Amino acid sequence: MAEGHYPEDLKYHREHDWVRVEGDEAVFGITWYAQDALGEVVYFDAPDIDAAVEGDAPYAELESVKAVSDVYAPLTGTVVALNDAVKESPGLVNSDPYGDGWLLRVRMSDQSQLDGLMDAAAYTAYLDGLS
Amino acid sequence: MSDYLAVTDDDLDVMLRAIGVASFDDLLDAIPEEIRMKGALDLPAGRTEQDVMRHLADLARRNTSCDDETSFLGGGMYDHYVPALVDAIVSRSEFLTPYTPYQPEISQGGLQVMFEYQTAICELTGLDISNASVYEGPSAVAAAAYMAWGQNHRPEYVVSEALHPHAKATLRTTAHGWGGRVVEVPLRDGVTSADDLAAAVGPGTGAVIVQQPNFLGAVEDLRSLSDAAHRAGAVMVASCDPIALSLLATPGECGVDIAVGEGQPLGNRLDFGGPSFGFLAATSAFTRRMPGRIAGQTTDADGRRGFVLTLQTREQHIRREKATSNICTAQALNALAGVLHLAWLGREGFVGLGELLARRTHYAREQLCAIPGVTPLHTRPVVREFAVELDGDVNAVIAHCQQAHGINPGHALAADFPGHPNGLLVAVTEQRTKADIDALVRAVRSALGATVGEVAV
Amino acid sequence: MPASTGNPMQDEAVVTIYERSRPGRAAYVAPPPDVPDVPLDDILPPALRRATPARLPQVSEPEIVRHYVRLSKRNFDLDSGFYPLGSCTMKHNPKLHERAAALPGHSRLHPLQNDTHTQGALELMFNLQHALAEVSGLPHVSLQPSAGSHGELAGVLLTRAYHEARGDAREIILTPDTAHGTNPATVTMAGYTVVNVGTAPDGGVDLDDLRAKISDRVACLMLTNPSTLGLFDSNITEIARVVHDAGATLYYDGANLNAVMGLCRPGDMGFDIVHFNLHKSFTQPHGGGGPGAGPIAVSDRIAPFLPVPVVARDQDGTFRLDHDRPQSIGRLRGFHGNYGVFVRSYAYICSLGAEGLRRASQVAVLNANYLKALMARPGIGEHLPVAYDRHCMHEFVLSGGPMKRNLGIRTLDLAKRMLDYGYHPPTVYFPQLVDESLLVEPTETETRETLEGFADAIAEILAEAAVDPDVARNAPYTTPVRRLDEAAAARNPVVRQPMD
Repeated sequence: MAEGHYPEDLKYHREHDWVRVEGDEAVFGITWYAQDALGEVVYFDAPDIDAAVEGDAPYAELESVKAVSDVYAPLTGTVVALNDAVKESPGLVNSDPYGDGWLLRVRMSDQSQLDGLMDAAAYTAYLDGLS
Repeated sequence: MSDYLAVTDDDLDVMLRAIGVASFDDLLDAIPEEIRMKGALDLPAGRTEQDVMRHLADLARRNTSCDDETSFLGGGMYDHYVPALVDAIVSRSEFLTPYTPYQPEISQGGLQVMFEYQTAICELTGLDISNASVYEGPSAVAAAAYMAWGQNHRPEYVVSEALHPHAKATLRTTAHGWGGRVVEVPLRDGVTSADDLAAAVGPGTGAVIVQQPNFLGAVEDLRSLSDAAHRAGAVMVASCDPIALSLLATPGECGVDIAVGEGQPLGNRLDFGGPSFGFLAATSAFTRRMPGRIAGQTTDADGRRGFVLTLQTREQHIRREKATSNICTAQALNALAGVLHLAWLGREGFVGLGELLARRTHYAREQLCAIPGVTPLHTRPVVREFAVELDGDVNAVIAHCQQAHGINPGHALAADFPGHPNGLLVAVTEQRTKADIDALVRAVRSALGATVGEVAV
Repeated sequence: MPASTGNPMQDEAVVTIYERSRPGRAAYVAPPPDVPDVPLDDILPPALRRATPARLPQVSEPEIVRHYVRLSKRNFDLDSGFYPLGSCTMKHNPKLHERAAALPGHSRLHPLQNDTHTQGALELMFNLQHALAEVSGLPHVSLQPSAGSHGELAGVLLTRAYHEARGDAREIILTPDTAHGTNPATVTMAGYTVVNVGTAPDGGVDLDDLRAKISDRVACLMLTNPSTLGLFDSNITEIARVVHDAGATLYYDGANLNAVMGLCRPGDMGFDIVHFNLHKSFTQPHGGGGPGAGPIAVSDRIAPFLPVPVVARDQDGTFRLDHDRPQSIGRLRGFHGNYGVFVRSYAYICSLGAEGLRRASQVAVLNANYLKALMARPGIGEHLPVAYDRHCMHEFVLSGGPMKRNLGIRTLDLAKRMLDYGYHPPTVYFPQLVDESLLVEPTETETRETLEGFADAIAEILAEAAVDPDVARNAPYTTPVRRLDEAAAARNPVVRQPMD
């Protein structure tokens, strides 16, 4: 994917993470911008199932050949599932950041935190400000 | 004076004009006047190449090397035969003069050597992954402790009394930085006791570190020591002699998590203690905690086999303060000498060398201990080195053997093992024949006679 | 394998020494047994022995030699071509040094030999200690550390010992944001926390930021001067004053010492601790990634804590290893340091002498500024502007940012294309402060023609990219292998030869 794209149905965190809300659970991943900046992802150092993740704090690392990036939790919650496919094939984060490249699924502790996140338009404007 | 420069007066004119300054000093405008050197360095004037060579040869002549006497010195570095092909290959500019392989397309030779080296170390140690080498043996022990610290953050390192004294000292110095401390387990009849070790380890023990064979030459029972370490949840580290691994149960077979060691016996000169290389290998659980460079196999844009530095996100240039180590490069040229030596020895030759050493060392111990006034310091199995206690001043014996017989009988243990004030550590390499050993026995007998005055020659 | 390329090196199958192995072949011939042939089981019980032999290769001597000579030809090296790798000081390695280091009196000297039988070696080390003290302007030297990073560790542990001896617990070490990665990694190993100090627009330390971050919790500031940008920090004496007023030590990373030998001295700038890279400034060959050596020099207040042993000279002129230093931090390695490296660096110092060392630094600075001037010419300057437009010391930084925007090629592409032109590229993507950076260090031993040829090559590559950027993007073409898939290597690590 040569061009950045930011789906309308997701919420975005300023550390370039996205959230997809599904009932009282949320799926986390990193944005197109983040994977592009990192380059080819080679390793996902994931948290354990049942681990607590805290909003605005790093919960995992993604590694490319020559960079390491903390992955931030947009929301507080408990890990209920990990994407084993990304552990096996980390390149999915590059090829399909919003689909097969999702990282983990959490049970949210505080849905009101969603209000602090950006929608696609706000995130795109935020990215424009960075460059 | 040789200065290896090429700049002519004409060059200087052209260059200064191109830069746009009138004189060289204008280039130094950023250096404040008050810290510029006013006079010259207080060093001798430069000399011609032949003068410098003469000076260095004069200094060399004032050393007694292993060419000048029959040496039974060991204690961490050994006078093994270095095959001629090692000199021929390591002196090639293509191996001697490049930097670290930052551009893999023009560094395939060096990278493949690292890959072959890593393979050899995995074979010697029976472990899953080796890095491309570290500085040398004792600092490799400290590097292993830092790996354990990264894994379990337990600050106590329980070491065998017969870990090399320099390794113990290096570990103490280095671990003090991150708040680690060192606890020693004493020896019983020359080896580390698993029961004593089990009593010494606890929930604060980050790693257990032993040496194989230990500093006094004795072969340790690594399996039982590993079990004791693991029961306390500690990482098991063994510092191993690479030549002895031709015969001994591998660290991998014995449950060791991290094996390190001094690589000098593999193809490296004595060089008065360095440079050599340290090896470091571990189980795959430690892959992402390994320090230093690691070469890996891959393919190029056209599908050709090739090699690159890999798993680099562990390293200081990427992970900075969170790196697994601060080490930058390794000891690539020394590790190459190691690979060459091992290839030259070959699969069967390596085992044959080990057996030769074991038999000669056994013979030397038996013959020496047959002298009145010489007793074995322990009776454990040995491979290339053993320790005895003399009934007489060990330093006087050494001096007598050197002066009267041209034999250096070994290393006095007193400084590091005060309980053995007249202990002597004797190493036997394949360069020391039966005739040399017999001469050693005669010399020690004569020295004891001369210094004690009660033993007939 | 791909179809033939016409490049014999690329067509050659890549085979490891293990894949050349055939049962029954060998190089080594064992000496005939001379001692009694006792059964091995009697002297080394089977329970202590390995189950199977190490699977070392079974190859003849001619095969070994040919294998490694062929591998050697797959390396680029300093003796073959220009190697302007920034911060690495790839100056000529004099051949005399190899001859001198190989003398048996040096190379076959056992480290546990008594001091009375090692007087030549100890004198050499003593003289080297003196020379390094003189070059650094700091009177006390330990030769022990094995490399620059090891010297850094020594320096930070000395800082810890110094503060602890005064009962002064401190927990922070400051490093510039331009620092080499070994600095922060070392700080963590030594139990301190890293805090970054910013860089001012002129490339020096941001003094306001330093003043904001210095406190009695700061143990040390680690600095390189000239910095990793190749710039001399004119504020150095003020920086030293700020650091010393707060009771902290000032550490000099000697990676860039080649710029200032005999011109100015870290000790005179106010530094407490310096490490040297003998493999950079004092021309120990790099060996494809080691060996090197990283001795340190320190001021009077740090001296009691130096690692043991140091070489001392007694009243009667004899030399000895001094272990009796009660406040010493102890050892950092086995034995006395990388003596083989000392021989080479000492030979270098003897050859150049006081005047030669100064001349070497002067020409290093001259060559760097001349090459920087060549890089400003039309066809290069608009694509690769110098990051800080002032006189540099021994190296300088270019930014490939404009090149990326103007021509659509990145610094990596430029570097890979240089390989086809027979040059080792400069250091790339360091320092990270500069976009698409190239750090260029020509060294003093290169001729003017070499520098001009290098500039011409860069101009050609850029001109070629203006026509077709894919040429650089797909480079190199002529090397033993083409661009390698580093992501695949990291995702699926194969780090040893699989067997059987």
